[in-house]
Amino acid sequence: MWKRFSSNMGAMVGVVLLLAVIVVALTAPLLFPNGPWQMVQRPFLAPMAVDGLPLGTDTLGRNVAAQLAYGARVSLLVGLVSTLVALLIGVPLGALAGFYGSWVDEGAMRFTEFFQTIPNFALAIVLVAIFEPSLASITIAIAIVSWPPVARLVRAEVMSVRKREFVDAARLAGLTRPRILLTQVLPNTVSPIIVMASLMVATAILLESSLSFLGLGDPNAMSWGYMIGAARTVIRTSWWLSFFPGIAIVITVLALNLIGEGLNDAFNPHLSRRRARAGKEKA
Amino acid sequence: MTYLKATTFLIAAALAAPVAAQQAGGRLDIVVQPEPPGLMLGLVQNGPTQLVAGDIYESLLRYDTDLVPQPSLAESWTISDDGLVYTFTLREGVTWHDGTPFTAADVVFSADVFLRETHARLRSSLAYVDSITAPDDLTVVFTLKEPFGPFINAFETGTMPIVPKHIYDGTDYANNPANATPIGTGPFKFEAWEKGSYIHLVKNEDYYIDGLPYLDEVFYRVIPDAAARAVAFETGEVDVLPGGSVENWDVPRLTQMDNVCSTGNGWEFFAPHAWMWLNNREGPTADAKFRQAVMYAMDREFVKDVVWNGYGKVATGPISSKTNFYSDDVTIYDHNPDKAKELLAEMGYDGTPVRLLPLPYGETWQRWAEAVRQNLSEVGINVEIESTDVAGWNEKTSQWDYDMAFTYLYQYGDPALGVSRNYTADRIQKGSPWNNVEGYDNPALDAKWAAAATMVTPEERAAAYLDIQKEIIDDVPVAWLLELEFPTIYRCDIKDLVTTGIGVNDGPRNAWIEK
Repeated sequence: MWKRFSSNMGAMVGVVLLLAVIVVALTAPLLFPNGPWQMVQRPFLAPMAVDGLPLGTDTLGRNVAAQLAYGARVSLLVGLVSTLVALLIGVPLGALAGFYGSWVDEGAMRFTEFFQTIPNFALAIVLVAIFEPSLASITIAIAIVSWPPVARLVRAEVMSVRKREFVDAARLAGLTRPRILLTQVLPNTVSPIIVMASLMVATAILLESSLSFLGLGDPNAMSWGYMIGAARTVIRTSWWLSFFPGIAIVITVLALNLIGEGLNDAFNPHLSRRRARAGKEKA
Repeated sequence: MTYLKATTFLIAAALAAPVAAQQAGGRLDIVVQPEPPGLMLGLVQNGPTQLVAGDIYESLLRYDTDLVPQPSLAESWTISDDGLVYTFTLREGVTWHDGTPFTAADVVFSADVFLRETHARLRSSLAYVDSITAPDDLTVVFTLKEPFGPFINAFETGTMPIVPKHIYDGTDYANNPANATPIGTGPFKFEAWEKGSYIHLVKNEDYYIDGLPYLDEVFYRVIPDAAARAVAFETGEVDVLPGGSVENWDVPRLTQMDNVCSTGNGWEFFAPHAWMWLNNREGPTADAKFRQAVMYAMDREFVKDVVWNGYGKVATGPISSKTNFYSDDVTIYDHNPDKAKELLAEMGYDGTPVRLLPLPYGETWQRWAEAVRQNLSEVGINVEIESTDVAGWNEKTSQWDYDMAFTYLYQYGDPALGVSRNYTADRIQKGSPWNNVEGYDNPALDAKWAAAATMVTPEERAAAYLDIQKEIIDDVPVAWLLELEFPTIYRCDIKDLVTTGIGVNDGPRNAWIEK
């Protein structure tokens, strides 16, 4: 498994990039002990204009490098926690629906569809606006808009697994149905969930940035989306204020996508081989 | 009386035909933001309406940038020694835009009947008025119940616009069809209003001062987006950006363009004064030491230079330096973090978090709140910014659900009109996001504010207000921030645009374009 993953160039690049972002996020308080909000120099200093400020200063003379480092913490935190919460909602619901079928399935899927019919971002904006912007409300809003695909995926996986022979064998062995679901069926659906989760983290980071960009971020937490939103009005005179956080978002989201892709290939070797062959044929 | 008349006539003559050769003709495109709800100045007095309708309607007086009264519809005026009788002599030969002659009856109708019903701010000044009479067609006499010093500031266009009696007398004012085509005495006549696009005014050929106005027409352009307004100015589509029509961050870029001038003047009458309400009722902000610490902790000079591009002035106290009876002979709160820490230690501040509510008016105010939070956190005050929209801001401030909240209000030239309302106990009103929202309750000072308003001579009043300023500034009921200046940006070949205390509102009257 690991061998297949590690032999995938793209995936390894993703891991390295993500690790770099994580290290920056973890060491931010050590690198910039005064926090991201301190006004350290004249405003609108271009990158490298002054020693010690490699990325310049923003509209209030705050260190852009410090803002980027602290922004990484918020992006990763919101991405991970909201994905976890989405999984906690989506996995049980999808598993129950797929395993028990009939009215449980009907009910759960109608409920899921209810959420799927509302555009994700619009719903997230409404939720954050209602609950007042804070890290908690943003995380929950993102989780609420991102669980439906999880539920559908898990349901489909469970439906296909529960018809396998080893499930019949377990039933013959006298296991109760909840136990079969937990110990026999669910463990066999883990790999697609992991792949999906890695991509969901990326989506969540984008969602958080978009919310902050619109001024719906936590006003007490420095985030990349906030930086771009605040820089929007001065984009013609100070390009670096929106450029660097933009790059940071691209790198992080790209890294997560590469990892997700690599995991997918590692879990489904047949698929990846087929794809490789198809690629060759095309060439 | 005759002497007064003579001098004011001279001033009027000087204004009408100065030495420099003004050139007649041309058109001005001015941004108006947002689109006004209506142009009938007697009914609507919000900012955009005052900007446009200030060219259509006039009042008895105008005020220069030092707030000294100047003749307008009144040619001269006298105030009796006891401060009770104001006698105005009106200008001869003034007609309304529809050709009807303007007389003293219009003034009596406007002040005594129309505006008493429609204009809340003027109504509180008119409460001091016993009678308004017109002994003849060109004389109006206001008799007061008791002296009220600031009364001489009540004759500004937005405060007391003179409306035509022959159109409004006996009608339902709010639903009069004439509201759509306002009729005034001003230098420009209403021509057309293309909703969502522009308001078109044309020169009043029969204006009572020969030669004025110089301009042929004025277009007020409605452009909803701040960035689009900046671009419209850059491309030459509009010539004037009145204060507040572009984001502060765009101001340096625009003013550095060729042939672009800017001025912070023209706000003296309003003197927008920014402060933070500190909730005097509960929490750390209820302690005067804490409030003083907030004053010392803030670097207001920095905010003025960085957030406001150097426009404005650090406020020393409740009264703006542009308003009458200002004094700087008071405790000055400079940026002194050590002093702030000392005060916090004395009061025993335990790190209780305080909530900070920014004004939801865009990036400038958000950055300002961030700067204040950083300043306060540097002296150990734990601040959390709450983000909110306009409705939320109104709700939280009017229900007193805040610790510190940004705001700014106008002063209208006199402490009794625009300042005392923010500090006296009778203006504490739950449910209103205006006036004494901080809940400052000081009966001794209340009595002083009341007494100062009704003193007769300016000297007495100055002494009384000095006493008040000294006392209230030590108490810090609110954290005073800046005297705001909203720069007017315009092309340099437009001359004499901002010459009065209300700036562009009545600026086109004297403006001319150099060719």
